[in-house]
Amino acid sequence: MTFSSFLLAFLPELALLVGALVLFVISLGEERVDRARSAALLVAAAAAVASALGLGQQALLFDGAYRIDAFSQWLKLALTVGFLLILLASRELPDIRRDVKPEYYFFLALSVCGLVMLVSCVEVITLVVALELSAFPLYFLVAMRRERAGQRSQMEAAIKYIMFGIAANGIMLFGLSYLFGLTGTTSLQGMAAQLGPVLQSPLAMVGLGLTCVGLFYKLAVFPFHFWTPDVYQGASNETASLVASLPKVGAVAVLVRFTSLAAPDDRTLPGLIALLAGASMFYGNLIALQQKDLKRLLGFSGIAHAGYALVGFVALDTAGYTAALYYIVGYLFMVLAGFVVISHVSRDGANVALEELAGLHRRAPLLALTLVVGMFALAGLPPFVGFFGKLALLKAALAKGYLALVIVTVINAAIAVYYYLAVVREACFRDPGDQRAIPLCWSARTLCGLLIAGILLLGVGPARVLETIAGSLSPP
Amino acid sequence: MTSPGPTADLPVLSLLIFAPLLGAGVASVLRNERALRWWSLACTLVVAASSLPLYGWFDIGTAQFQFVEHAAWIPWLNIHYTLGLDGISLLLVLLTTLIMPLCVLASWRYIATRVKEFMVCLLIMEAAMIGVFCALDFVLFFVFWEAMLIPMALLIGIWGGPRKVYAALKFFIYTMAGSVFLLVAIIALYLEAGTFHIPDLMGRPYATGFQCWVFLAFFLSFAIKVPMFPFHTWLPAAHVEAPTAGSVVLASILLKMGTYGFLRFSLPIAPAATHLFTPYVLGLSVVAILYGGFTALAQSDLKKLVAYSSVGHMGFATLGIFTLNASGIEGAALVMVNHGVTTGALFIAVGIIFERLHTRDLSQTAGLGKFMPIFAGFLGVFCLSSLAFPGTNSFIGEFLVLSGGFAYSKALAISVVPGVILAAAYMLRMLQTVAYGGVRNPSHAGLADLEGREILTLAPLLVFVFWIGLNPEPFTRVLDATVQHLLAQVHRAGPLTSSLP
Repeated sequence: MTFSSFLLAFLPELALLVGALVLFVISLGEERVDRARSAALLVAAAAAVASALGLGQQALLFDGAYRIDAFSQWLKLALTVGFLLILLASRELPDIRRDVKPEYYFFLALSVCGLVMLVSCVEVITLVVALELSAFPLYFLVAMRRERAGQRSQMEAAIKYIMFGIAANGIMLFGLSYLFGLTGTTSLQGMAAQLGPVLQSPLAMVGLGLTCVGLFYKLAVFPFHFWTPDVYQGASNETASLVASLPKVGAVAVLVRFTSLAAPDDRTLPGLIALLAGASMFYGNLIALQQKDLKRLLGFSGIAHAGYALVGFVALDTAGYTAALYYIVGYLFMVLAGFVVISHVSRDGANVALEELAGLHRRAPLLALTLVVGMFALAGLPPFVGFFGKLALLKAALAKGYLALVIVTVINAAIAVYYYLAVVREACFRDPGDQRAIPLCWSARTLCGLLIAGILLLGVGPARVLETIAGSLSPP
Repeated sequence: MTSPGPTADLPVLSLLIFAPLLGAGVASVLRNERALRWWSLACTLVVAASSLPLYGWFDIGTAQFQFVEHAAWIPWLNIHYTLGLDGISLLLVLLTTLIMPLCVLASWRYIATRVKEFMVCLLIMEAAMIGVFCALDFVLFFVFWEAMLIPMALLIGIWGGPRKVYAALKFFIYTMAGSVFLLVAIIALYLEAGTFHIPDLMGRPYATGFQCWVFLAFFLSFAIKVPMFPFHTWLPAAHVEAPTAGSVVLASILLKMGTYGFLRFSLPIAPAATHLFTPYVLGLSVVAILYGGFTALAQSDLKKLVAYSSVGHMGFATLGIFTLNASGIEGAALVMVNHGVTTGALFIAVGIIFERLHTRDLSQTAGLGKFMPIFAGFLGVFCLSSLAFPGTNSFIGEFLVLSGGFAYSKALAISVVPGVILAAAYMLRMLQTVAYGGVRNPSHAGLADLEGREILTLAPLLVFVFWIGLNPEPFTRVLDATVQHLLAQVHRAGPLTSSLP
């Protein structure tokens, strides 16, 4: 492989790594907040462009540990675009201590870099390293929220996040050790080949199941969700929007790699996944009904959505994986639409209670529209992406005969409508009272427009996206 | 499957669907309220005018879908963009395009705040409603079906009465809860038949057990929309709180989608299950007619009265459909159109009263006829139409339904008769109080009679009341072939229940 082709294949990662280094250097100086923000935006834009350039690349790097293929490349594009959107949404980081703002951008870039690497890893050690690279900066980011009177919850959130994260990683490593013991290799492709004959043995099932736990934690699947509501509430709005979106895309992508190790006609692993999916949906949706804090509400709804995404995995086929990936990419846009509104409505970076949305349609019509589109998309209404994602998921699951799971899913979709409507009710049907109008700068307007367009276009015209995803999943 | 004439290469149905959307797009950048109203009126009028030629181009000799458009949409999920019309959906599309300009006119002064958002919602509604009646791909149908929920809930929730939020949420959640099972049934049918194309889903030999589940899922969704008796509780709330245009859209068009769903999906796709469940659905229809009648008789709020009368009238529609014979189904289709015309007019009339008096209480509105003679004349005709007076539109529809009912079972038809009498009782009670009641409120003396705009709103509906009432042939003509085809589909798979005593 020539150096130039290596460079082209590895360009998104390089852009992020170099960008992270630059941000590190900037963070060494004093009072460099604005420069750090510009640099971060530049890095995100460069990474997105690099990912777009690398779409057609095929390569196997680092002794077969790292595969550049259609699958990894479109995911990188989604991740880097998501990164750019998050940076735009996070504005001036109002609730981060001023002296650590440059560091905040540095860790942010590092975490995204980890995620971008994660989707290319086809060797479990590399994969675990990438997973940790994406996870550790997040632990810091959660704790970086400003301290003020009555607000110490960020520390509790960070501790919970770390403890659960480390524990889940430990369990995942334990599961991987079983898989390694059975197959004697750390390469996913080698594992798939070796695992075939022993796949039905309890040991293999336990290994695979435990491995998935680490990813279920990232995805916030019940019962590995305990960190979710507290982290959403305790972390600053910007950090929460990151935690809620990008790592889930990465987790689904890696989950696809691991579950495709299982035999297509296996019933044990899908049974387990179906159980977790159902539990997640019921738990997330029922508890979300009671929430008054918008971020906590999105946290519990995120647990439910992790359940929806898992519905695709019970099928253990391309249709199911495609549906899950499509859904989670759509979720990226939907949940960011929610967080954009949170970060603009919030006063001085504080958390947003549902009542604070009152009369948003008068105070900021565009924000209200973004919120309405986001909430109805999360509720799964056409013509938004949430509906077509659910349709694809349900179709894949029903094709394999999981009727009970499908019925549980639609019942949950009906339950969830209530709390999404409660958000819309506050924003559209209530009077603003004496709450102030919210001015929007042009970048916020662009961001709202991009998110609405994304949610709508991914819904109305998903043909290309679905074909790209499905095509990238077919075995090389 | 393509139809003759100028429609073969003109995507006329797509134009009908996308023209209001385009209009909504333009409306969202207009700033002047006056311009907005005129623009919306122009949009709806253009759509109405361009839908009229459909009637002329429609070939009544065939039961095939006409004006068919077909394009790939999401190939990976095998979803297509397919549109087409048969006799029943043609009438409903025409009803929709006719009602919408009247809705804009009826909101001319009633909607004073946030006119832009209102008109945008109304135009999006129009696109989605036409789409529901035209869609021949099941997923496309579902997309339009659900897409109506958002603008409708906003219409009720933002411009509605004092309990608007409650009514909007109830409407939304009820409808959504019903339609999620419709979605499961759609996917199950796809996995059974391998297609979302509606005509291809009809007349397949599905197992009876499978048909029963599909029928029940359809039934839940459509019965909530109609609404049939135990599922009707969202309707009075939504009607009472909605602004006039919202009530009209709801009564004239949205309720038709439930019965349209029975005709389009339940009967042809699950005929065996239809035969199995017919007695129960008929029973619920009779209950709805009697319940609607008695409840309407007890109302003192004019809008509630009309809302409960809707429950009764839609009971006639479901009754006609499930008699499973030609006069029953044709009558049901006519009842659907008639109810759209008459009840729409009654809601506009109630809106006119409310604009002047800011009350809908029956006793407060007594004696209006003395000061508003033109209004009283209109109201009188629409009340008579609503109680199915011979010579008006509803008479034809209900007569056909009842004759279909007699053919099915005499006991069934006789048990409905009290419903007809109740309709006369509550409508005449309302008419008598409003038009001829004693003048108890001297302040009514200053009330202005109908102005030109209001007459223009009601007059087209008046024309249809008598047109359908005196010469229904142009309307039944387009139904014949479709209904015969539908009956052949239903009876191929089951016993001929219509000949039973």
